[in-house]
Amino acid sequence: MANQYEFKSKALPYLLVLPQMVIVFIFFFWPSAQALWQSFFLQDPFGGRVIFVGFQNYTRLFTEPAYSYGQSFRVSVAFAVCVALLAMTVALFLASQANKKLRLGTFYKTMLIWPYAVATMVAGVLWLFMFNPNVGVIAWFLKHKLGVDWQHLLNSNQAFLLITLAASWKQISYNFVFFLAGLQSVPNDLIEAAAIDGAGPTRRFWTIIFPLLSPTTFYLLVMNLVYGFFETFPIIHQVTAGGPGKATSILVYKVWRDGVINLDLGGSSAQSVILMIMVIALTVFQFRFIERRVNY
Amino acid sequence: MTEHSRMRRFIPNIWLWIAILIIAFPIWIVFSASTHTSAEILAAPMPLIPGPHFVKNYSEAILEGSKNLGASAITMLKNSMIMALGISSGKIVISLLAAFAIVFFNFKLRSFCFWSIFVTLMLPVEVRIMPTYKVISDLGMLNSYAGLILPMVVSATAVFLFRQYFMTIPREMAEASQIDGATPTQFFWHVLLPMTRTPIAAMFVIQFIYGWNQYLWPLLITTRQEYYTILIGINRMLSGADVQIEWQIVMATTLLALIPPALVVIVMQKQFISGMTDREK
Repeated sequence: MANQYEFKSKALPYLLVLPQMVIVFIFFFWPSAQALWQSFFLQDPFGGRVIFVGFQNYTRLFTEPAYSYGQSFRVSVAFAVCVALLAMTVALFLASQANKKLRLGTFYKTMLIWPYAVATMVAGVLWLFMFNPNVGVIAWFLKHKLGVDWQHLLNSNQAFLLITLAASWKQISYNFVFFLAGLQSVPNDLIEAAAIDGAGPTRRFWTIIFPLLSPTTFYLLVMNLVYGFFETFPIIHQVTAGGPGKATSILVYKVWRDGVINLDLGGSSAQSVILMIMVIALTVFQFRFIERRVNY
Repeated sequence: MTEHSRMRRFIPNIWLWIAILIIAFPIWIVFSASTHTSAEILAAPMPLIPGPHFVKNYSEAILEGSKNLGASAITMLKNSMIMALGISSGKIVISLLAAFAIVFFNFKLRSFCFWSIFVTLMLPVEVRIMPTYKVISDLGMLNSYAGLILPMVVSATAVFLFRQYFMTIPREMAEASQIDGATPTQFFWHVLLPMTRTPIAAMFVIQFIYGWNQYLWPLLITTRQEYYTILIGINRMLSGADVQIEWQIVMATTLLALIPPALVVIVMQKQFISGMTDREK
């Protein structure tokens, strides 16, 4: 960029970035610094005394059984992995079906993409309504036709299954868009050459198409994990409220509950800081990878 | 085309139809429920065929809202629309300005600004809830549109996309405009903006949906009915015992909440897909 033409103005560029920077500092850096700061203090929720406790808020998370932070962590990982696997497998399958010259191609695409527009919270409501033990159509069907008593507010496996289904249902369309774009960029002559050499459709998929898709797959894996970890709060809040017990209390739900409901500011801030470190690690990991790919 | 047998060309259609029906099934149930009476829904199983109460339920939802809520869908839709438009246009405007400064000017704090914006990518609201709430309450912005919109307006994504796009624009254009006597502001307004229409449209689709679908933030800072967004309204209607829930109204409201963003995606599908997949680059 050194030899590129640039406008010469002292004040104007600062004026241009000012709005963005003001908001970045007021709503991002300031609160994040506060989270870090508060995570070292124990605070009376009614604004009274503040005591410096060092890393106690952090060690409390991992040592006090009542906190069940370890359990929350395990549930989050299991949930994010299940959602990523389910949503990506279904999307890859559908994208490979849609990546053929079909007469209704555009129509299919539209009909598979629209759930992206559905709010995560609404996805929760849709599935909650179908599986509501009293009025849900599917809950009724399960009970009267298959003999399965659906009680996701009592049965933690059913609760986990329900939030996984709801979260994956919404995420399929996102993955579908990326897989379809990836599949369309696989050169056709490669596939034809393999076909001439006698490779059947399944073999062609696994030995040629799938490896060529690996950048897309990797990108989506990271994005799906991020989605499962951080963006599914509305589903948990609406469908299970973290229950039964704490069976579906994932990390972002817990940070909200401990802060807003239980008014444990120090503990909630310490959890915020841990979450930030996790997001930063995931982002850095992904950018490293993309950088490497660009260098190829 | 590698395989030509008829069967092979037919099978994908079957799979796609099955997927479309499964994916659309929840919406069908919701639509069906929104056209029945409360009693019909509570007498499980509820009918899968739409009933005759479409007009009654929707007009009740839109004009009055659920009894235990005290906010009509029209008010909440208005709030959601203000929030979504505020967030999406706010993000686009300030990101365009920032990207313009970062690409076309050489100033001391350039890389500092760029990295500060970049870092926000790693700090979603979900991980800094309590302190952000405190900042907003200190600024007296609880229960206000400014409070709903401002903390969501920073966008590393949009700055990136516009920066990427601006870098493909030949610098000779900036130089030529300067020689012709145009100021940088005029260049931005008359040359750059008209060229950036497509990326702006793509960003708009994505950020509108992002704004419309915000949940945790409005949940925290709106305690008065007149500021409920439609998603918060649905949540409040559902927080009661099953018998008290007016499912037909809730379902009508859910469908209303879903229509605006779905329309944006369907109508602007092309911009939406390019906006999404360009981000990866």
